[in-house]
Amino acid sequence: MLKKMLIKQSLFVGALLASGFASAAGLNISVEVPKLNVAEYHTPYAAVWLESTEEGDKKTVKTLSVWYADKKREGGGEKWLKDLRQWWRRDGRTLTFPVDGVSGATKLSGVHQLSYTQGTAPLGNLPKGNYTLFVELAREGGGREVVKVPFTWPVEKTTSLSASGTAEVGAVTLELNP
Amino acid sequence: MKKFIQCAFFSTAMVASAITQAHSLWLLPSETSKGGKGGWVTFDLALSTELFNFDSGAPKLGAIQVATPSGSLSEVQNAFEGKLRTSFDLEINQPGTYKVFVTNSSLNARWETADGKRGFWPARGEKADPAQFSTAVPKDAKNLEVTQSTRRLETFVTLGAPNKDALKPTNQGLELVSVTHPNDLAASEPSEFIFLIDGKPAVGAKIEVVEGGSRYRLSPGEQNYETDKNGHVKIQWKKTGIFWLGAEYKDNKATKPATVRSGSYSATFEVLAE
Repeated sequence: MLKKMLIKQSLFVGALLASGFASAAGLNISVEVPKLNVAEYHTPYAAVWLESTEEGDKKTVKTLSVWYADKKREGGGEKWLKDLRQWWRRDGRTLTFPVDGVSGATKLSGVHQLSYTQGTAPLGNLPKGNYTLFVELAREGGGREVVKVPFTWPVEKTTSLSASGTAEVGAVTLELNP
Repeated sequence: MKKFIQCAFFSTAMVASAITQAHSLWLLPSETSKGGKGGWVTFDLALSTELFNFDSGAPKLGAIQVATPSGSLSEVQNAFEGKLRTSFDLEINQPGTYKVFVTNSSLNARWETADGKRGFWPARGEKADPAQFSTAVPKDAKNLEVTQSTRRLETFVTLGAPNKDALKPTNQGLELVSVTHPNDLAASEPSEFIFLIDGKPAVGAKIEVVEGGSRYRLSPGEQNYETDKNGHVKIQWKKTGIFWLGAEYKDNKATKPATVRSGSYSATFEVLAE
């Protein structure tokens, strides 16, 4: 049931992306937060980031978006950012929240569009190379899942890639614009 | 805190012998990685056959000490001494790594008297005063073995990104030097540590690694390692979880009047997903 819905929605998103977003060089990402039929549902924390495939000092890690309970008093929502375990270890633990243009409130179930332009924060100037897009979602009282989309940058023509999670993350699409 | 210091030294010898009977001494934090502005972490200290259950008591090993991310010392709060565990809280509010630890050292001697009886010093439950060695141990003691023992029990908690200021070795007893940071352990990656004895590589130290939850396993499932000529060891965790690491080292490079130098180290590590 859930699977069927995921496929339908990702097709829809694909059409939306194809029908043309900004033509500026950059990345359009859609992240689907699945609708889950659970007794106690909390909207997931999310991290969207890029990593270059190099190891060591040459490795680039760029956090693009983080969703968390940013309105909780006295930074109460920040303390759970560590539950986005993989992102926390790669980058999150070195950041101070909120991060301008990166962090925002958690999102309801549905498909969420994110757009990043080459030369503009938080993407900045993404150098030529091989990368992986990571989308990690973690839910209070629920699970955690990471979906990866490998890609090469830059592209000569608009390229669409996608991947899908099985539990906490729905369809993830990545549109690369030259 | 004061209470800990006063009742400090229980018999280290007794604990040491308990260890060899498949007991582990451990210090378990409620969590090892904090985010945001930090907060409280609670700890339990106990001796047990099953990790990390409370089944054998809580030896009084001495003062609980805390090294903060800046390297300065701090104190624990709300200490409670139960029959099966000692518990306490620590407020984590500086970014970086805290080390919570207990150390002690002891001297003990055993021998045979001229008429074949066994002698030992100090008396059970007492702490040896090295100044009394020459009067306490008979001059004609046979097969005299004098052991200088050190024990260190540690665990680590990090707020935000880990740092290493609190991890500097003191060059006393058996210590772990992190190549891999103890709060940056991942199931998919090996972790490397160097063991030092009084500041020098502890060659051939015996290392045992056991995952928590042993009550629910058919076999103890321990992993055994030995440090190489540089005191180096590489641990493969293989899975996420909370792990106990114990290290034992012994040689004859003791300071007189001791003839045997022995060091014991144990720590609790949380291994998280990559």
